[in-house]
Amino acid sequence: MSAYAIEIRVTPRRGLLDPQGKAIQHALDSLGFAGVGEVRAGKLLVIELDADSPDEAAARATRMCEKLLANPVTEDFAIEVGRNAGQPEAAT
Amino acid sequence: MRAVVVTFPGSNCDYDCLQVLRKVMGVDTRFIWHRERDLGDPDLVVLPGGFSYGDYLRAGAIARFSPIVEAVKRYAGRGGIVLGICNGFQILCEAGLLPGALRRNNSLKFRSHDVHVRVETKDTAFTRAYRAGQVLRIPIAHAEGNYIADPATLERLEAEGRVVFRYTTREGARGEGGNPNGSANDIAGIVNAAGNVLGLMPHPERAAEGVLGSTDGLGMFESLVAHCARARVA
Repeated sequence: MSAYAIEIRVTPRRGLLDPQGKAIQHALDSLGFAGVGEVRAGKLLVIELDADSPDEAAARATRMCEKLLANPVTEDFAIEVGRNAGQPEAAT
Repeated sequence: MRAVVVTFPGSNCDYDCLQVLRKVMGVDTRFIWHRERDLGDPDLVVLPGGFSYGDYLRAGAIARFSPIVEAVKRYAGRGGIVLGICNGFQILCEAGLLPGALRRNNSLKFRSHDVHVRVETKDTAFTRAYRAGQVLRIPIAHAEGNYIADPATLERLEAEGRVVFRYTTREGARGEGGNPNGSANDIAGIVNAAGNVLGLMPHPERAAEGVLGSTDGLGMFESLVAHCARARVA
């Protein structure tokens, strides 16, 4: 069993109007940042999870997203599994 | 007739619903805490407005896992009448009792003011006291009321007459000026396929007594009381 730091990115579904992203895009534009295309604003969830393997950690994180963390009507999610900081690498 | 109003941590329209049902309509009404698992045997279940669980994650996303929601699902599955107002509508969508989702208003602002909604179908337990096409003035108070569903779902809702309330202008016209939040098809409220679960963003309970400035919401409660009286005789 190792502790994994799971990072889950939840973003508004591509193709749906994202009013928050739009407002940020306009703000960047008006500040003079050139070349800003579409902006989408989502959320980042960092979860510590004990699991036997990175695959198992990713599979459980996927179920968490499907059940609670992302709304399937409006949001997409992406999962990244990393080893927990401060946790020693497992001896081989 | 017996009604229950479900209280979640963060509900804040529960007393408004109790006031209308108990004091204005004379219905035997009680609160039920979200940790309960048994609704009793009510004729009506109301999921009131508010900010259940602080709207953390998404509005309604955590409340839908409250124990009482399982009981509400079973009750709705048996044909029981469920009314979700504002946060209650959001919970019904998150729980899968109604299709679609409610996203951030397109203005990004919390909108708290009267709106006009048109009664699109009077043939429901919730709207029979209204005239079809009647325009109601009812307040909204929400930041996430922007209804969305995939195109096939929207088409089905329209084809089956399940869009019950639509935002319009004072004159009942669609388009610019009526829609306060960017909702698809100007949708303010929908009903499930069986016709017993309705969710809407506007607050009829805040427009049910003269002192509140509008009584246009009262018709919904009159419709429900009449429906339940008929259902009991039948």
